[in-house]
Amino acid sequence: MTLLVEPVRMNSTADAEPHIYQSTVTRPVAVDVSKVSLTFDTADGKVEALSNVDLQISGGEFVSFIGPSGCGKTTLLRVIADLQQPSSGSVTVNGMSAEQARLGRNYGYVFQAPALFPWRSIEANLKLPLELMGFSPTEQKQRAARYLDLVNLTGFERKFPWQLSGGMQQRVSIARALSFDPELLLMDEPFGALDEIVRDHLNEQLLQLWAKTRKTVLFVTHSIPEAVFLSTKIVVMSPRPGRITDIIDCNFRRDRTLEIRETPEFMAIAQRVRTGLRAGHSYDE
Amino acid sequence: MTSSTVDTMPVARAAWRTHPLVKRSAPVVTIVAVLIVVWYIGAVLMNLSLVRGGFEREEAPYTTMELLEGTMSAERPLLPAPHQVVGAFIDGVFGYAPTAPRSLVYHSMVTLSATLLGFALGALLGIVLALAIVHSRVLERSLMPWIICSQMVPILALAPIFIVVLGAIGLQGLLPKSIISAYLSFFPITIGMVKGFTSPDPMQMDLMRTWSATSRQVLSKLRWPSAVPYLFASLKVAITISLIGAIVAELPTGAEAGIGARLLAGSYYGQTIQIWSALVAAAVLASGLIAIVSYAERKVAQRMGARS
Repeated sequence: MTLLVEPVRMNSTADAEPHIYQSTVTRPVAVDVSKVSLTFDTADGKVEALSNVDLQISGGEFVSFIGPSGCGKTTLLRVIADLQQPSSGSVTVNGMSAEQARLGRNYGYVFQAPALFPWRSIEANLKLPLELMGFSPTEQKQRAARYLDLVNLTGFERKFPWQLSGGMQQRVSIARALSFDPELLLMDEPFGALDEIVRDHLNEQLLQLWAKTRKTVLFVTHSIPEAVFLSTKIVVMSPRPGRITDIIDCNFRRDRTLEIRETPEFMAIAQRVRTGLRAGHSYDE
Repeated sequence: MTSSTVDTMPVARAAWRTHPLVKRSAPVVTIVAVLIVVWYIGAVLMNLSLVRGGFEREEAPYTTMELLEGTMSAERPLLPAPHQVVGAFIDGVFGYAPTAPRSLVYHSMVTLSATLLGFALGALLGIVLALAIVHSRVLERSLMPWIICSQMVPILALAPIFIVVLGAIGLQGLLPKSIISAYLSFFPITIGMVKGFTSPDPMQMDLMRTWSATSRQVLSKLRWPSAVPYLFASLKVAITISLIGAIVAELPTGAEAGIGARLLAGSYYGQTIQIWSALVAAAVLASGLIAIVSYAERKVAQRMGARS
């Protein structure tokens, strides 16, 4: 089960080069979050899930959101996806309001769990959004085949979700999110429930997918190595109230491999993320 | 007896005991046997004074054996013995042409047609109500108390009213019975389907939202398939209730045909054996109906990719 890559640019000069990758293309702002606050009314009183969050994400970036639980990273992703309305502030996605973007099917969303429909075969699961969006049956079939191939699951069309491992199911859900070719991919701890080996593997595959499709990816995670490995930008968040405490650029080459985790540059960024997390964390519990 | 036969005997006995057929049916057979024995004892005890009274009225001498025999062959026993019930049932099913008024097949078919129509109406009503409740909070609050109230009124009190009112507007025969049957059977379906339609995972609902699915699409692609297991569970309850509804509807109306009519006639004339054989017919009918629903459930589950 290997690569779904464009030819890997691994040659002798690559080693000589620094691992830093400078983005030359500047693309328009894909996501613009401006002064967003969100307060939940709970039984224990008001909880400020997000407080005055400002964030701009350019097209083609891979942005990770990292922070302890309760820091609002998932909430922020849900606000961008128009699954939750902010109490104040505004969100623009591809130049539209979040709601317009959702109605226009501008993004694919991957949840913590695969959330496949158990009564549908893998192929039928992939076709579901396409059915809803009115693609023709032939187009549905072609796209299902193409995106199953993209996540290396060709041959599993007729299987049902329970016949696949957790990692395979999550790959199906990623393929499903990509199947209608949205500009934006929102991922909420997609690999959180998987073991580390599968996770490493899927991280590599996701990176290749990103390099290949040039989507803008917003990725929520708990894991520092995962964030540093995948991202072009890391947003560090902290709880009570949920806010952004640091934004770290992380421009490794797009065709990075897991080995970069051993390099000093990687360590340095990971260290900065860790410091940011520690600073923002309140130990009053 | 050679030594070899001695050796094989325990082996043979063990093989007999572990035979799959024996293993599977032994518990059931044992329980049925115990029940039959209890039933016979009950029949003897309950009919004893009746039979003894009969002998004493005629001032005929009798032995204990005759007394025992009498308790199991009385014409109108308090509790008929199992073989009397089975005999009457077999006679009722095979002893007459299926259209004869004494045929249990005839009466069963009359009740079955009311049951099936009532079940279909009840299922339809139950699902429609569940849909309305799931899609509107206002309807949930206004409908739900009435739905629950409807089941608190004893159907035996309601059935004659139904029959009279429906008869006044010219509805007779099958339809009033079916309506009573539907009145009982819609309830478990509504309750089950409200649960089923709201059973999708929040994540699946969010997914549909990210694809900006219409509420009709959410219904057909997510809510409906999620509700299928609940549907079959409530259909199984509903179909037996439909049968009970149809039988009950035959009781207060002086119906001339149907299992309920057989029960009623039996109790008028003290024909306990007839009552019991009608009850057996109802039980056979109910098991058959449940078996059909279970079969459909299995087939649908297979098509929906259930683990076998």
